[in-house]
Amino acid sequence: MAYVRASEAPKMAAPKGTIGFAAWAKDKLYPTPLSGLGTVAIAALFLAVSWNLLQWAGLRAVWSAPDRELCAVEGAGACWPFVFAKFHQWIYGLYPFEERWRVNIVYVLGVISLAGLMVPSVPGKRWNALFFFVAFPIIAFFLFYGGILGLPVVETDYWGGLTLTLIIAVTGIVASVPFGILLALGRRSQMPVVRILCVVFIEGVRGVPFITVLFMASVMFPLFMPPGVNPDKLLKAIIGGGLFASAYMAEVVRGGLQAIPKGQIEAAQALGLSYWKMMGLIVMPQALKIVIPGIVNSFISLFQDTSLVTIIGLFDLLGIVQAGFNDAKWKSPQTGNTGYLALAIIYFIFCFSMSRYSQYIERRTNRGLKK
Amino acid sequence: MSEATKPTAASASWFYNPRLRGLVSQALVLALLAWGLYVIVTNTELNLKHLNQSFGFSFLNQAANFDILTSLISYSSSSTYGRALLVGFWNTILVALLGIALATTIGFVAGVMRLSKNAVVSGAAALYVDIVRSVPLLLQIFIWYALVLKPLPGPRQAINFFNALFISNRGVIGPKPVFGDGAIVALALLIAAIIASYFLHNYARKNQEQTGKRIPAGWISLGLMIAAPILGLLVMGWPLTWDIPSLTGFNFSGGMTLIPEFLALLLALSVYTGTFITEIVRSGIQAVSKGQTEASQSLGLNNTQGLRLVVIPQAMRVIIPPLANQYLNLTKNSTLAIAIGYPDLVATGGTILNQSGKAIEIVMVWMVVYLSLSLGTSAFMNWYNNAMKLVTR
Repeated sequence: MAYVRASEAPKMAAPKGTIGFAAWAKDKLYPTPLSGLGTVAIAALFLAVSWNLLQWAGLRAVWSAPDRELCAVEGAGACWPFVFAKFHQWIYGLYPFEERWRVNIVYVLGVISLAGLMVPSVPGKRWNALFFFVAFPIIAFFLFYGGILGLPVVETDYWGGLTLTLIIAVTGIVASVPFGILLALGRRSQMPVVRILCVVFIEGVRGVPFITVLFMASVMFPLFMPPGVNPDKLLKAIIGGGLFASAYMAEVVRGGLQAIPKGQIEAAQALGLSYWKMMGLIVMPQALKIVIPGIVNSFISLFQDTSLVTIIGLFDLLGIVQAGFNDAKWKSPQTGNTGYLALAIIYFIFCFSMSRYSQYIERRTNRGLKK
Repeated sequence: MSEATKPTAASASWFYNPRLRGLVSQALVLALLAWGLYVIVTNTELNLKHLNQSFGFSFLNQAANFDILTSLISYSSSSTYGRALLVGFWNTILVALLGIALATTIGFVAGVMRLSKNAVVSGAAALYVDIVRSVPLLLQIFIWYALVLKPLPGPRQAINFFNALFISNRGVIGPKPVFGDGAIVALALLIAAIIASYFLHNYARKNQEQTGKRIPAGWISLGLMIAAPILGLLVMGWPLTWDIPSLTGFNFSGGMTLIPEFLALLLALSVYTGTFITEIVRSGIQAVSKGQTEASQSLGLNNTQGLRLVVIPQAMRVIIPPLANQYLNLTKNSTLAIAIGYPDLVATGGTILNQSGKAIEIVMVWMVVYLSLSLGTSAFMNWYNNAMKLVTR
């Protein structure tokens, strides 16, 4: 058997110019001369922007100062002491200092419960969801507002900052899930009256800008109430946000419903399940699993749109930051820019991490479906 | 089986009759709706009586008594409320149309960049999308406003281009064309040129299909559209003059002004919507099967030609419907103008609402305008989807 090779043939080196940094750079940085020019131009632009930003936000920036004095100096960069001084207000708004522990408890409860819901491997999803969607909003409301167990009442006028942004966004999304499910089911209903009403509501709300819905909630809603009843400003904003989010949520849920094979519905009917049992036990559990990324994306939109309540006079995160610009103690040419930059970073951290999470869940769900 | 044990329709209780149940639940829903509307209407009547107000649109004929920063049609503070709303409407249309054009350009460039083989080029596009999408539009408008408006010099130190175009913190001020008598001829010739180019394109396509010869229809029609109005102006003795802005005291007079509020809103809207269009273009191009690119390469087309002649025309089928949706979103988002004081429909309406207290009427005007825009868009999308449906043999 001499003609059978007893050992592996010696490995030859890869052809020249296909491996190593040079080959990678040729392939990825300058496949054509024009493309290489693009690389250089973009890299130069990127470096120029980063360098200027670094200069302004780092090298020339003021890091500690008791008031505007140092920030107002000609040529000074970002005014970070303004951010440090106002940061508590950005988080809590005008909530009384000695009562802020109540807000902190709500944050801790919310973060723990939400983390349990979001990490797929944590057990007890059902109880956790029940807590987060039902018990938590009630507990949070009484902790914020007070008035029971000897807690002093804090009027909603004092709520503000990131806390208010999260209150509006979370309440809106929590309320929009059940309403959105009902609207989506109504849109697919066999009953023409129900179907038409749902379509009119969904398309009507989706067809107009959020700001007009907010205006409607803030100026028209009081007219609809019995005389003398003037709902709280925050409540009106939450109702506006909730209505708006429900219409969008209905379309998200409809997308999930359409992805459920018809056989599932027919099988449920063959088993003799009623409409609500079929939806609750067979269709919805599957559909909602698919639409989790859609729900997260809706939350991101609502979280961003919440900044519009500034226009109707509430001090959410954006509103409270802007209110700080007028503080005579900190007024300087760089105060506004620094505030906007810090604000953009805060929003970016929230929204970017949420969108990455939604992509992760989407990949996970797709993997499960492909099996 | 005896007659008695056979299940009949009558043996099932009427309680479980699906048709009856459907009718009853619908009647209940209608009754609930009617009751809700009745409560709302009576409450509103009572409330309006308390406020000494009545429902109606006659207030639109009253004098507005407020100034508007910028207007496409003639307007003064003695004009009516109705006129003010119309000014706002045209301002909305202006920012929406320019924003759509700019956002589409940004989106298509970034979308193609996103798919580039070049890591730096595609990385830059990805960075743009990730960052801009994660910051609320309202904040971006404020940032552009602070970036565009504040660092610019005052009118006296304005950046000056040939004493005709000035950039200052009052905005971009440039020469304004003033058309005299006879300019209508130039307009008529321009329209004629556009119609002629349409027929030229049709002829060029047919000619190419029959003979294989290409006529540079694009260049010819471009030339026609430039030459025709110039010819018209020459024939009529050039009835076109330019109103050139000049610095008088502390501000400019004459010319045409793009106010900084407008620029900030336009840039913020286009850059923000551009991220969504980028993703739409990327996924649309990816939806075209790779075989099409390979086929175009084997026909000897280069990358740009393959993209322009083979891939993008097919990708448009996937791109257009969500693109129309983004155009609508941009138009709706232009309502954020109110935050920086650009007088669009919502901002002027808000001022009128505060002055006259006509909340219901103003909100109704807003809803009708924006709803017609969105219904129009969805009608277009339905028509387009039907027209573009893949016809397979």
